[in-house]
Amino acid sequence: MDESLLRTLTPAVLAVLVRRGADFAAAEDAVQDALVEAVRAWPHDPPRDPKAWLVTAAWRKFLDAVRADTSRRHREVRVDREPVPGPGEAADDTLQLYFLCAHPALTPASAVALTLRAVGGLTTRQIAQAYLVPEATMAQRISRAKRTVSDVRLNRPGDVATVLRVLYLVFNEGYSGDVDLAAEAIRLTRHLAAGTDHEEVAGLLALMLLHHARRPARTGAGGRLVPLAEQDRGLWDTRLIAEGVGILQTALARDRLGEFQAQAAVAALHADARCAAETDWVQIVEWYDELVRLTGNPVARLNRAVAVGEADGPRAGLTALAHLDPSLPRHTAVAAYLHERDGDVATAARLYAEAARSAPSLPERDHLTRQAARLNAELRG
Amino acid sequence: MAKYLLLKHYRGGPTPANDVPMDRWTPEEVAAHMRYMSDFAARLEENGEFVDSQVLSSEGTFVRHDGEGRPPVTDGPFAETKDLIAGWMVIDVDTYERALDVAGELSAAPGAGGKPVQEWLEVRPFLSPCVTITD
Repeated sequence: MDESLLRTLTPAVLAVLVRRGADFAAAEDAVQDALVEAVRAWPHDPPRDPKAWLVTAAWRKFLDAVRADTSRRHREVRVDREPVPGPGEAADDTLQLYFLCAHPALTPASAVALTLRAVGGLTTRQIAQAYLVPEATMAQRISRAKRTVSDVRLNRPGDVATVLRVLYLVFNEGYSGDVDLAAEAIRLTRHLAAGTDHEEVAGLLALMLLHHARRPARTGAGGRLVPLAEQDRGLWDTRLIAEGVGILQTALARDRLGEFQAQAAVAALHADARCAAETDWVQIVEWYDELVRLTGNPVARLNRAVAVGEADGPRAGLTALAHLDPSLPRHTAVAAYLHERDGDVATAARLYAEAARSAPSLPERDHLTRQAARLNAELRG
Repeated sequence: MAKYLLLKHYRGGPTPANDVPMDRWTPEEVAAHMRYMSDFAARLEENGEFVDSQVLSSEGTFVRHDGEGRPPVTDGPFAETKDLIAGWMVIDVDTYERALDVAGELSAAPGAGGKPVQEWLEVRPFLSPCVTITD
C-alpha cells in the first residue's frame, strides 16, 4: 500500500469534489471515506487508475451523504448532471483548492493548517505535532477554517500572492516532529508551480530550494546556529542550488520581477560564492534596492544595511542603519555586528548582549550570547 | 508521581552565589553551560522523569481586564513568583495583540460578588527552536 501515493492524490480528488459543488467539509469527509475504502480494497484489487478510482469512490460517498439529506435533493440532481472533468482540468482544480485554503478571511495560522490538511494531505495529528499544539486544538483550528470558507465559491481566480505567503509561512516553520514542513512546503510549491504559470511561484520555489540547500550547514552540534560566513560550503546541496538557480533564471528572463524572485536572486548570489570572501556584495545591495523598491519592507531595508556594510565598509552600513527604526527585529544584532567590524568592540559586546535578550528564537539567542561572551573575553584579555 | 515546574529566572530571585551575567562568561563557559543543560534534560528523559521543557523570553508584560476596550499593560514591577504562579496556560495565537486580548479575558474571570477578579497575568512569549531565514 503506497501511502505517499494516497497523500499525493488526496488534494486532487478533494478539488474535483469541491469544484463539482460539494461543500468543503462534506467533500473532505467523503474523500476520507474513500481513502479508507482504498486501503481496504487496493492490496487485493489494485486499480488501473488510482485517481479515477478515488474520485468515483469519493463522489459516491458524497452522493450517499447528500441523498440522506432530502432537502438537498435538487442540488444532487444538479451536480450529478455536471460533466466529469477531463485530465486537463485536474491541475486547475487543485490550484483552486490552494486559493481556497489561503483565503484572506482566514488567519495565517488557519490558512497554513488548512493548506497542509487539504492540499498537503497531512493528518491532523501530523500538523499538530509539527506546530507543537495538542491534536484537539489543531482539529478545532482546521474545522473552524473549513467553516469559514464553506460558503466561498470557487468561480473566481484567487490571489497568487496570498497562496505564496502561506506556503512561505509553512517553509519557515521548518522541521519539527515527524513532518519536515520545509520539505512539505517545497513539495506543495513544486506542485503549484506545475499547475500554474506565474513567475513569482517560480521565484518562491527557487528561493525555497536555495535556502533548503544550505540547511545542513546552518546548524552545528546541539542545534547551534552557524552564521552564513562560517558555514561549511561543502555541506551545501549543489543539486538543489543548480535547480533553484535554473528556475530563477527562467523566471527572471520573463522580466516581471517580484519580491520572491529578488530574494531568490540574493540567495543565489550567496550560493554562487565558493567562500564568504568571494560573495558579490555589490550585486546583493542592488537586489536589496529592488526588494525595497518593490515592497518597502523594513526587514529588506535592514538586510540591505548589512549588505551595504559588506560592500562599502561598516561605516556605510551603520549610516544606512541609522535611518531605520531601532525597534525592528534584529536591528540591535546588526548594529552589534557592524560596530565589531568597525573595531568598536566594547559597543559591539554591549549590543550583542542586548540583542540576545530580545532574540526571537533559542538558537539565535545562544548565538548572540556567545558573540557577547567572545568580545567581553577579548576586552578582558 | 507528581509534576513540578522548575522555573528558571532571569531576575527577581535571591542573588545567586556565582552572580555573573552570561554575556560576561567566556564562550567555553557558555558552551559548557548549554551542554550541561541539554545533557541534564537527556538524562531525565532516559529515566522517564522528563515531561516538557520550554524556554521563556526575558521580556514579560503584565495585563489585566479593566472593563471594555483594550486591557492595560505594564512592564512591572512583578510580584515574587512564589506568590504569583498558581498555574499556567499556554496559548498559541497569531499576534501579540491577540495574546493580550486572551490574557485580558482570562483576567476577567468572575471573583467575589461575581465581579471580574482583574488579577494581573504575566504574558511571556516562548522562544522557539526554529530560526526564520533572513539571509
